[in-house]
Formats: sequence, C-alpha cells, structure tokens
Amino acid sequence: MRKISVEQIRDAVSVLCWEACYYLPDDIVNGFHKALETEQSPLGKSILEQLIENANLAAKEDRPYCHDTGLTVVYAEVGQEVHIEGGDFEAAIHEGIRKGYKEGYLRNSVVGDPLLRINTNDNTPGVIHTRIVPGDKIKLTVLPKGGGSENMSAMKFLLPGEGVAGVKKFVLDTIEAAGGRACPPIVVGVGVGGTFDKVTEIAKEAVLREIGVHHHEPHIAQLEKELLEEINKLGIGPQGLGGTNTALWVAAETYGCHITALPVAVNIQCHAARKKSYVL
Amino acid sequence: MAKVYLQTPLTIEDVINLHAGDEVFLNGIIYVARDAAHKRFLELLDKNQPLPVNLKNHIIFYAGPTPPKPGQVIGSIAPTTASRMDPYAPAMFEYGVKGVIGKGPRGQSVKDACKDHQAICFSAVGGLSALLSDKIQSAEVVAYEDLGPEAIRQLIVKDFPVMVVYDAHGNDLYEQEIAKYRSTEKVIGHI
Repeated sequence: MRKISVEQIRDAVSVLCWEACYYLPDDIVNGFHKALETEQSPLGKSILEQLIENANLAAKEDRPYCHDTGLTVVYAEVGQEVHIEGGDFEAAIHEGIRKGYKEGYLRNSVVGDPLLRINTNDNTPGVIHTRIVPGDKIKLTVLPKGGGSENMSAMKFLLPGEGVAGVKKFVLDTIEAAGGRACPPIVVGVGVGGTFDKVTEIAKEAVLREIGVHHHEPHIAQLEKELLEEINKLGIGPQGLGGTNTALWVAAETYGCHITALPVAVNIQCHAARKKSYVL
Repeated sequence: MAKVYLQTPLTIEDVINLHAGDEVFLNGIIYVARDAAHKRFLELLDKNQPLPVNLKNHIIFYAGPTPPKPGQVIGSIAPTTASRMDPYAPAMFEYGVKGVIGKGPRGQSVKDACKDHQAICFSAVGGLSALLSDKIQSAEVVAYEDLGPEAIRQLIVKDFPVMVVYDAHGNDLYEQEIAKYRSTEKVIGHI
C-alpha cells in the first residue's frame, strides 16, 4: 500500500489555495479573448479587456485576481490503495486551507456560525467532497467559490414531463434573475437528475470542467450548446451592463433519478472561475 | 455619456450633473463598508445615534479587500454585489450619503431613493481586484475593526474608475443597455 502523509495533503492544499487565486486558468482567459472577438457592446468589450488585463497583472505580480477568495471547496479523489498516515485526513485539509490563506494573503471570508456570523479568521471550514477511486494516488482540486455568484445559484424539482424545455426554462430564469449580480461573464454549471443533494453536487462539478469541452452524450452536449446560445441572447452581457457575452460556457452533468422526479440545479460561477488540481 | 473627474466628498451640483452611463474617475476619500457594517449603521440611525464615521456627502464603496502583502497599501479589492445592501441604502441616502459603489443591478426602492435624496449608484467592475487596488493611495481601518475584512476603511483614491448606473433623475443604465442587446423573443418569467 502506498503511504501518503497528512502533511503532504496539508501542504498541497495550501499551495493550491493561493495558486488558484493568483493564476486564473488558461481556459477562462482564452474564454475572455474569444468573447472579446464576438462582443457587440462597446462597454462589454471594454470590460472584457479590463478582465484580461487584471488576469495578467494578478499572475505577473502573484496577487489575488479577485478580492473574494471564496469559501474553499476541496475535491479529494483518494485511491483505494493509499494509506493515509500521521493524522486526520479532513483536519489536514482544513489545516491546508488555514495555511494557504495566511501565507497567500487571501481574504478570510467565512463565518463559523451562519447566524451568529463571527469571522473564523482563517477561512475554515472548507467544504470537502471525498471519493474513493481505484489506484494509489490522491488527486486534490481546490475551487475557491466566491459568494456573489454562489448566492444566485438555484435548485428545483420539475415534473418529469417538463423535460428538456422545463430544464432550459429554469436555467434561463435563474440566469435572468441573477443578471449582473453574479459577475458575468459567467460559467454555468447545470445538474440534472439525482436527488436533492446529488443534483447540486453535479452542478458544481460541472463548473470544474474545462471550458470548450462538451458532455460526452450528444443530447446533453446539444443542451449545453442551445443553453449557451439562449443565455447569450438575454442581453445581460459582461457585468450585466448589456452585451452578447453573458456566459462563457455551459456545462451540464446528469445522474439517474426517481421515476417521480426531474431535479435540476444551476450553479453559477463568476468570471473569477478559479480551479487548480494536484496529484499526490 | 461624459467622462468626468470628481473630487470627493460630492456636492449636490456634482450629483445633479451626473447621468447614467457617465464614466467617472474619483479622487479623494471614499469609505469601505459592507453587509455587517451597514447592519450596525441602521441600528444607530434607528436610535438617532451618530455613526462611527461622518459619512455625510461621502461615497461608500461596498467591498472587502484581501490582506496587503508586505509593502502594499491594500490587497486586492473590487465591489461586492450591491443588491445585498438594498435594505440599507435608502436610509443611508436619507442620512446624507451621496454615492455608493457596488456591482450589479438594484431594486426599485434604491432607484427611488436616488431620486428622492439626490444620490448616485456607481458600479465598478466586479472582480477587477488587482487593477483597482492600484488606484488606491492609502487605506486605514477607521471603525469596526472587529469585523476583519468587513471593517470600515478610509481610502484615498486617485482616478478610481466607476460608472454611473442609477442617477438622481431616475435613469437606469442596466435596463437601457440590456435592452439594446437582448435578442430573445421568449418572455421569461422571474423565478
């Protein structure tokens, strides 16, 4: 059995936190460039140019691209042939967040009790999703999730008969209601199927998919294409100040569901679409 | 849609002369305050007690920066979602705040309050946090230090770029601009 220590896990999470916040992924920056080519609004074009400049400056000077360095969502794919030693796995991830946010000068954006609302001053707790997978490695992915776009996300149980049209209407309604509040241009993660919890989980996983890559099922890829086109006809545009690029990408994930149900979830990701992975 | 350089605090004339779509470069003092500080402001205003900082004729920037790295004036900073301050904005305008900087559209009550109390809603680009922090010359926590990233900060800014989104004449830049680019026939109901 391959041994991986909790210190290795802690240190990997720590570095991923600030790397994600400083260096916007290439697929997102390329998405800005692509949007700039088609954007009809002069103001929208100007905003896209500023976002590109901001991404370049942040990366060059190792500074956070966005001040909202998020609530830290950590995905851990743990190989079943790995033995984790030296302590508590989840505690090591939280410790990595603590270390990364301090050493990276990232903003502490988490309150410990949602009603008492006292800042924990170390950005913990993070949200951890762990999956046991074949193999002898651990893949860690950090998604610092900003509040503005997360707040505009939504979930609904549709009637099974509402089908594709119902899913599309719910997604469009959600994007329309969010408007400029979600900090467009956005990436839209759509979950369809599963249960109350599963549908939101897969909607968020969809946000992690590289933009430009469609779902492997042709009918879901078609749904993604149509949604992207229809969202961009809403006119919301960069920052909600009008334009033809509201979304950079739509990614949908599906899961089997109960015969009575058609759950759908929309997880909105702002233009600070940060994600970073590392394999131990 | 003019390009305007303004010194803060604002005068009534400054406010009246601004129109939705104007590109404004702010110079001087602005104050940073967001959700938690606004909750406290309203509690004080309800009791007719003074605010910890005189905000009359001033501009509030809805934001919370990252911590500065050694040698930096301030960390990354850009506006947060303005509509979360909708429950507080009308009372703040009535008190005498002349402008707020946020991102995203706001509710009718805020648009009406801009007209009723001669105040401006500005937008800055959300998430433009590395670039905007370079427009800040000094930053100091002046109240509510216990709120950490949500403490009240006094900033001195130079040519800080914002746009008028709601003016004191009832104009709404979001509505005007979105209408130009909307090409869907479908009527979508709000959820």
